[in-house]
Amino acid sequence: MAKTLFEKIWDAHVVAAETADTPAILYVDLHLVHEVTSPQAFSELRERGLKLRRPDRMLATLDHSTPTLPVNADGSRPYASAEAQAQVAQLESNCREFGVELHGWDSAERGIVHVIGPELGATQPGMTIVCGDSHTSTHGAFGALAFGIGTTEVGHVMATQCLLQRRPKTMAIHVDGALPAGVGAKDLILHIIGSIGVDGGTGHVLEYRGAAIEALSMDERMTVCNMSIEAGARAGLIAPDETTFEWLKGRPRVPQGPSWDAAMAQWRTLKSDDGARYDREVRIDAAAVKPTVTYGTHPGMAIAMDAPVPAATNAQERRALDYMQSKPGQPMQGTPVDVVFVGSCTNSRLSDLREAARVLHGRHIASGVRMLVVPGSEAVRRDAEREGLHHVFTAAGAEWRVPGCSMCIAMNGDLAQPGQLVVSTSNRNFEGRQGKGARTVLASPATAAASAIAGRIADPREYATQEQAA
Amino acid sequence: MKPITRLHSRTAVLADENIDTDRIIPARFLTTTTREGLGRLCFHDWRYQADGSDNPAFPLNGPEARGCSILVAGNNFGCGSSREHAPWALLDYGIQAVLCSEIADIFRGNALKNGLLAIQLDELEHRWLLRHPGIELAIDVRGQFIELPDGGRIPFTLEPFARHCLLNGVDQLGYLLQNEKLITHYEQQEQAA
Repeated sequence: MAKTLFEKIWDAHVVAAETADTPAILYVDLHLVHEVTSPQAFSELRERGLKLRRPDRMLATLDHSTPTLPVNADGSRPYASAEAQAQVAQLESNCREFGVELHGWDSAERGIVHVIGPELGATQPGMTIVCGDSHTSTHGAFGALAFGIGTTEVGHVMATQCLLQRRPKTMAIHVDGALPAGVGAKDLILHIIGSIGVDGGTGHVLEYRGAAIEALSMDERMTVCNMSIEAGARAGLIAPDETTFEWLKGRPRVPQGPSWDAAMAQWRTLKSDDGARYDREVRIDAAAVKPTVTYGTHPGMAIAMDAPVPAATNAQERRALDYMQSKPGQPMQGTPVDVVFVGSCTNSRLSDLREAARVLHGRHIASGVRMLVVPGSEAVRRDAEREGLHHVFTAAGAEWRVPGCSMCIAMNGDLAQPGQLVVSTSNRNFEGRQGKGARTVLASPATAAASAIAGRIADPREYATQEQAA
Repeated sequence: MKPITRLHSRTAVLADENIDTDRIIPARFLTTTTREGLGRLCFHDWRYQADGSDNPAFPLNGPEARGCSILVAGNNFGCGSSREHAPWALLDYGIQAVLCSEIADIFRGNALKNGLLAIQLDELEHRWLLRHPGIELAIDVRGQFIELPDGGRIPFTLEPFARHCLLNGVDQLGYLLQNEKLITHYEQQEQAA
């Protein structure tokens, strides 16, 4: 029978099939770990006298609570609080005690968990990947079934390498045509979430397909899959293809030599069969996507930046518009900006930084605007500095920081003040997400850079570089 | 986990849709390394004013909401992050059940694993409950219905395994560990492939 990509991966990982009374036992190939959602799980294991079943299938890093400012003169790290420092120390000691590979402060590969997994080639097509982090959906860009779990489940995977799961439904998102020039993956995914709604994917695994998806680079595919959870979906998937294999080849953890060829042959089977049926299907016209931003307090409240903000239809939408000070009938374009953040597991990879740098090159950010550029990993930082991107950012008046989640979740001290408007390349515009009372507008790296220069939300296509204009 | 068969309480209502996990517990409080004591941080930025006093506009601060352990919330409650700190905070704050016609996937799973009854209802009944805060309800986990003061019943369905675990206080990790042989078998086959 014709199977979807999701069904192929799911079926290959069933340890025990689900019954009316019991969920399936699903095997996990890769378990990613960070400091925020793991300490209680390690404690539970310790209390119960349990060991890790497969420490070789775990990979840990420090990203959420870590400062993005360099070390102090005395060699100490500028943590936001003693608790943040203690949380990091706890993961360091847990990894030592339980024998988990940790990419900590001394690792040249440390970074945001969803950036380093792919970089190391730990993320591979056909795998099941989990992490105590909802943006684990990022890894779906490689054709891996990847989803976020709670801390109790982190403990389950630690002790048994398995999860109890009911099989989710499937939803195909066909993106036909081609994205217009100057419109990117972030605009596309905001447009999709705006179309299907913040809960449009609940209970489903999304599979993005169609010509516009196939044309995306791996970095762009990660941006799209990353935000699947913002539509409430369990996971997002894109079938692996030559773009995927080219990107993965030679990375530290992927098979090498003859094993590589064997792996690739197997990975080529990872696509939905002709005639495979989805529980739901949606069509999106790529050509209709414009530079897109959010205007409310969840990622489903997204529109083209030049389109009028819709009027509130209920109390909650009124509250959202009040909080954001968004004005119905007026476009978001032109709204004054206080802070610009380029970073997060959505948009902190090399191509994202290049996109922002292309707009900023030879220009300066508006006076009164603060701009933070935070690379997703040490590897991204090295590559960006090798290309001189950090000079473009600092010359433009932006701050170039040390890798981490930073202002996406604002738990490391990088945050905005009450009332400030932040144009952010991250994934959530919830109330208070980037600091109590801070107002977040989600956007692409190009839009973020253009808005920093203009001091108001601006269309990056008006800031085309000379080479683009030529 | 203690078995949960029946929960009796008045309801409190938070009618907003899409109450996300950052509103349930803001991220800056996630530097904790334990599960305990998060109740005082629950709904923090909504519940308190800048000077730390109670915000009178937060519905659960009213005297009529005091002691209520059943929360009727707008749709898509718990959307956003996978942080289990959200159900930990709600439980410690005194909320033992959340009623909604749609609850975000990861939150719902996390809640049920901690004995927080995350229950999805039909839209019609959900809307009625949203309009009637302070009503006395009894949630019967075994019978899968909610009893109204007039004896009327609202049926609901829980995932059968989650219900079994709630009723019997079953520890899901214990259940997984009992299947160790199957897991080993899977790993052996995988290695042979």
